[in-house]
Amino acid sequence: MIPTQFEYVAAKSLDEALSLLGKHKDDAKLLAGGHSLIPAMKLRLAQPQVLIDISRIKDLSYIREEKGQVRIGSMTTHYQIESSDLLRRICPLLPETATHLGDVQVRNKGTIGGSLAHSDPAADWPAAVLALDAEIVVAGPKGERAIKADKFFVDLLTTALEQGEILREVRFNTPQGTVGQSYVKVRHPASGFAVVGVAVNLSVNGGKCQSAGVGITGVAPKAYRASGVEKALQGNALDAKTLSVAAAHASDGVDANTDLFASGEYRRHLAEVYTRRALGTAVSRAK
Amino acid sequence: MKTKINVTVNGVSHQGEVEPRMLLVHYLRDALNLTGTHIGCETSLCGACTVLVDGLAVKSCTLFAVQLDGSKVTTIEGLAAEGKLHPVQEGFWEHHGLQCGYCTPGMIMTAAQILERNPDPSDEEIRHGLEGNLCRCTGYQHIVQAVQCAAKKMKSKTAVAR
Ligand SMILES: Cc1cc2nc3c(=O)[nH]c(=O)nc-3n(C[C@H](O)[C@H](O)[C@H](O)COP(=O)(O)OP(=O)(O)OC[C@H]3O[C@@H](n4cnc5c(N)ncnc54)[C@H](O)[C@@H]3O)c2cc1C
Ligand code: FES
Ligand code: FES
Repeated sequence: MIPTQFEYVAAKSLDEALSLLGKHKDDAKLLAGGHSLIPAMKLRLAQPQVLIDISRIKDLSYIREEKGQVRIGSMTTHYQIESSDLLRRICPLLPETATHLGDVQVRNKGTIGGSLAHSDPAADWPAAVLALDAEIVVAGPKGERAIKADKFFVDLLTTALEQGEILREVRFNTPQGTVGQSYVKVRHPASGFAVVGVAVNLSVNGGKCQSAGVGITGVAPKAYRASGVEKALQGNALDAKTLSVAAAHASDGVDANTDLFASGEYRRHLAEVYTRRALGTAVSRAK
Repeated sequence: MKTKINVTVNGVSHQGEVEPRMLLVHYLRDALNLTGTHIGCETSLCGACTVLVDGLAVKSCTLFAVQLDGSKVTTIEGLAAEGKLHPVQEGFWEHHGLQCGYCTPGMIMTAAQILERNPDPSDEEIRHGLEGNLCRCTGYQHIVQAVQCAAKKMKSKTAVAR
């Protein structure tokens, strides 16, 4: 369980990290909380020659709301999100998602940016950022670009991040009006990761669904927005029938993962059942 | 290829040179001889290696010692202030929160973190908080009782202080 040798550099600023990344290219890896990367290095699945530690860059760690947008710095830890009073008030979906993630020690160290960049198919954050229709802001040698969450997750452990780029921020519009959110998860009994995880962000007007964001993780090689579910909710009265009809679309067009713990068929079944539950909880919370 | 670090462990400052790939748990056990921190799985799952870094419970098998330059670490050896057991240690003693004791240092460090954040936890909250710590002996029942006992002790202490 000893990784191969490497050189360690703690970057003091985003610019320094970008130039180190430019210099070392594929030989280097960014180190955030290290809670996906270090286990992979111990197994020698990752063997970087240079580790650029970005977790100590102070101005990458923040949660704030400005001009109707919530902004979360990439090095914000799972625990900082879990314990944020601001988020509990304006976007409880994120603290709720955090409480389902790993354990106390993992949440103290792991970061939202590291999790999104890693894009584990069973990670929790991807579902939440998809449901919130968030943008992922990345900094690169040529400046910044913002990528819509549903364009960010490309495939298994693959994102739209390009060589030399650093995930800097997650941002999304502050949920407005009557909002109901929820995250439900079937935890893998050993790893704690999501066998299925469903995040829901509804905005409700006069008992009807004004807009719906539904993100699903664990089911497919990458987390996805369940657009079939969203469409079936839009504009309709949020009664039991609508929710059941909508949830039936949870894995439309998805090639579901099969592993030792759950077959693809079982995952699709869980996706429907847990989407129904997540929707029900979100509707009951809408106020 | 060694890197200089400066780490304060249980109030004592240590300067040294470490290979960047040295895990914190090996630094504590092998370089500093603080063998109270145990290695159960070395795969981030069991929590036996839990220590506090700058007040946060972390698994010391999932950090490199170099990441800690300038940090403060508390291990099980540093929890008893001036020889007086920490309330969580007393709780484990009084309620027999252990059998073989292998998981205990990690359990205690995590429990200390749980109580710092939530002085009055339910049994359910204690169990959720200890999800990252595995015990193959006790069945957890006595561990939960030990943490509840510690919570009471800490509360009565703050009540006296007031
Ligand atoms: C025991 C255990 C249980 C866990 N349980 C869960 C769980 O239930 N649900 C869950 O979602 N996750 C879980 N995790 C994973 C955890 O959430 C990790 O913290 C997270 O996946 C990675 O974040 P990190 O900050 O640790 O990133 P790191 O491990 O440091 O980095 C991960 C990858 O992303 C790259 N990277 C990091 N930051 C950036 C950036 N800003 N820009 C570009 N690339 C970057 C790194 O180079 C690396 O390739 C668990 C981990 C452990 C050890
Ligand atoms: S030894 Fe670190 S978690 Fe098991
Ligand atoms: S007391 Fe033996 S592992 Fe917990």
